[in-house]
Amino acid sequence: MPADALPAADVVIIGFGWSGALIAEALSAAGLGVVVLERGPYRDTASDFPPGFAPDELRYAVRHDLVVPTAQNTITFRNRVGQTALPVRQWGSFLPASGAGGGGVHWNGQTWRFRPSDFVLRSHLANAHGHDVIPSDATIQDWGVSYAELEPFYDRFEYLAGISGRAGNLRGHRQEGGNPFEGPRQRDYPTPPMRMTLAPTRFAEAARALGYHPFPQPSANLSEPYTNSLGVVIGPCSYCGFCERFGCGNYSKASPQTVLMPALRRRPNVALRTGAEVLEIARTPDGRHARGVRYVDADGIERYQRAELVILAAYTFENVRLLLLSGIGQPYDPRDGSGVVGRNYAYQTTASVQLFFDETRFNPFIGAGALGMVVDDLNAEGRDHARLGFIGGAHLAAMQSGGRPIQSRPTRPGTPRWGGAWKHAVARDYLRNVRLGASGSSLSHRGAWLDLDPTYQDRHGRRLLRMTFDFHANDLRMIQHATDRLAEIGRAMGPAEMVVNQRHGPYSVVPYQSTHNVGGAVMGPDPTTSVVNPWLQSWDVANLFVVGASSFPQNPSYNPTGTVAALALHAANAILTRYLPAPGPLVPR
Amino acid sequence: MLTLAEAATLEAIVDRLIPPDELGPGGREAGCALFIDRQLAGPFGRSESLYLLPPFLDGTPEQGLQSPLTPAVRMRAGLAALEAHCRAAFVGRAFAALPPAGQDRLLSEIEDGTRSLAGVNARAWFDLVLQMTMEGFFADPIHGGNRQMAGWRLIGFPGARYDYRDWVERHGAAYTLPPVGIGGRPGWHDAG
Repeated sequence: MPADALPAADVVIIGFGWSGALIAEALSAAGLGVVVLERGPYRDTASDFPPGFAPDELRYAVRHDLVVPTAQNTITFRNRVGQTALPVRQWGSFLPASGAGGGGVHWNGQTWRFRPSDFVLRSHLANAHGHDVIPSDATIQDWGVSYAELEPFYDRFEYLAGISGRAGNLRGHRQEGGNPFEGPRQRDYPTPPMRMTLAPTRFAEAARALGYHPFPQPSANLSEPYTNSLGVVIGPCSYCGFCERFGCGNYSKASPQTVLMPALRRRPNVALRTGAEVLEIARTPDGRHARGVRYVDADGIERYQRAELVILAAYTFENVRLLLLSGIGQPYDPRDGSGVVGRNYAYQTTASVQLFFDETRFNPFIGAGALGMVVDDLNAEGRDHARLGFIGGAHLAAMQSGGRPIQSRPTRPGTPRWGGAWKHAVARDYLRNVRLGASGSSLSHRGAWLDLDPTYQDRHGRRLLRMTFDFHANDLRMIQHATDRLAEIGRAMGPAEMVVNQRHGPYSVVPYQSTHNVGGAVMGPDPTTSVVNPWLQSWDVANLFVVGASSFPQNPSYNPTGTVAALALHAANAILTRYLPAPGPLVPR
Repeated sequence: MLTLAEAATLEAIVDRLIPPDELGPGGREAGCALFIDRQLAGPFGRSESLYLLPPFLDGTPEQGLQSPLTPAVRMRAGLAALEAHCRAAFVGRAFAALPPAGQDRLLSEIEDGTRSLAGVNARAWFDLVLQMTMEGFFADPIHGGNRQMAGWRLIGFPGARYDYRDWVERHGAAYTLPPVGIGGRPGWHDAG
């Protein structure tokens, strides 16, 4: 083995985003010695995004300062078999993070719980509508964990992060003003909803008049100061308009930095090594047990970190790639549907409607990543999918996340891209436009998977991950339906002009859509269709847990972070209460 | 990074993409060319963070940029090709010496693909120039463009204010404070 073996740790965690940080917190609190390896740089509020230069749109939003450089790590992409996958040389459709805090630094903060039916999607659809509503090539499946089992962990995350919102369902009782379609929660959000600007207010009025049930987006941009159970104080959001793609200079967006790091820093049994890029998970000769990880440190020196327990908690892509590069689990073969690693990649199906007003000022520069009003009626269980001709759904929203002018200055249809006419149009339309969004679910299906690219390699000579993906026709029908409903709400808001941006195929990696890439190392009760069991423990290597949205068997419409966090805490709890007392498979294979 | 001649061409282009008029300064006065020069000289211009390992193959539009050429190289090649075209087509005159209407016509033809330029992908080059000009007009002034916050003043963006708690619920109100950048605002420095 490599030259430089380091003292063994109880636990080595790969990746210091939300998943890795939450598990590091839980396991170190129980006294375990934890080493965290993070491929990107160390980052903290005061040193890397203080208010003085945090609001730099060019640096963070356009030049992607908090995103992993493609030179370090990228993927290759093709729409379908028969095409040659080519590397994503410049990020577009999604922005994988790197560095301490991971995507938790530059997320918007839209914090959802998935619905009870989401966790039993296939059986729910089959029971409610019959097997025939499920497309024959869809590989959607149940998660092997129920909403009720996850509820305490959703609750724990919301109370660590101080999430601002209004309950819609308290222990089975409907609550006015919250999401009437959410699963039952044991208590209300720790902080009240954010205050609303004009656009979401008008959106909610129009939606209510059309019979929908709008509610404030649950938000990790906090409406008021909050002290969590670790004694960490999170500040109130200033509605500055620099959330997504930015770190928060105000300590007011929940992130590993604002929620966990001040507590972790005081614990001598946690070590965070940044600039540490893991090459491989090393195993015993029989392949059944992980011995540790090989990584390249910040000085380019290869190291070997032994550990009793390995937690793979990188982004979706790197979780799947490290499993494939390490030879753990059977790779998925789309020709016959065998194998599991890389199976069930899914995305998010999005669309939007742009409104232009003649007079009304909406002041889009006021904003926060999760400031807005949402309609969740189109995800409702009672919908007749046989009649609609699709499964899945979308939520509709007026999110006012900040009108940063390099990237957000829409003009009316027919406006040239430059010149005097453009200048007059942008001067007229900037303050007076509203964007409405539809965020829809994504089926896992046979034509969407992840494997290793046959040609392209990273700077260490390791094969890149290859994505084969296109939107399923079901999802395009679903989002068209949702966008039509969104346009009805938009029209009711009384704009002078409206542009409906329907989503069409083929999927492209160029325009930004969503950094909600899921699946590829999915969870489930059956080792022939999942990589990890319901506690996110590898079916093949009992002392390896694979944590993150890579475990989602398909993607609901909602933003993933709340569920990623709940699953991480659920896994940490299983490690402490089930695995450590009797190390071995938690579910017999 | 750019030579004086290249800069003169670029100054003329950015002033047609964002012309000076009764609404305010154009791209030249706003410093868009200086912004572009600085960006091209830095990590962006060198594609420092991009995956540039071969093979380079022509892909589908859905697969995105596949060129090994950096923005600095592409910008220079396009400026040279534009000048070569102008000197051939307009009896030795430089782009900057053409009348504004002629400059606009030529830029429009490049934009819509009816005018090719020898040795370069003219449309892609135009898109690069337009993208960077707009970045320069609307980015924080610390990057060299958006001088006197001309871009922000045009549209009513208050810049790096970073706190709108008092304005969230003032629905429809005109925001009254002047824009401020990461480095302050003109009034702070002019007094000294």
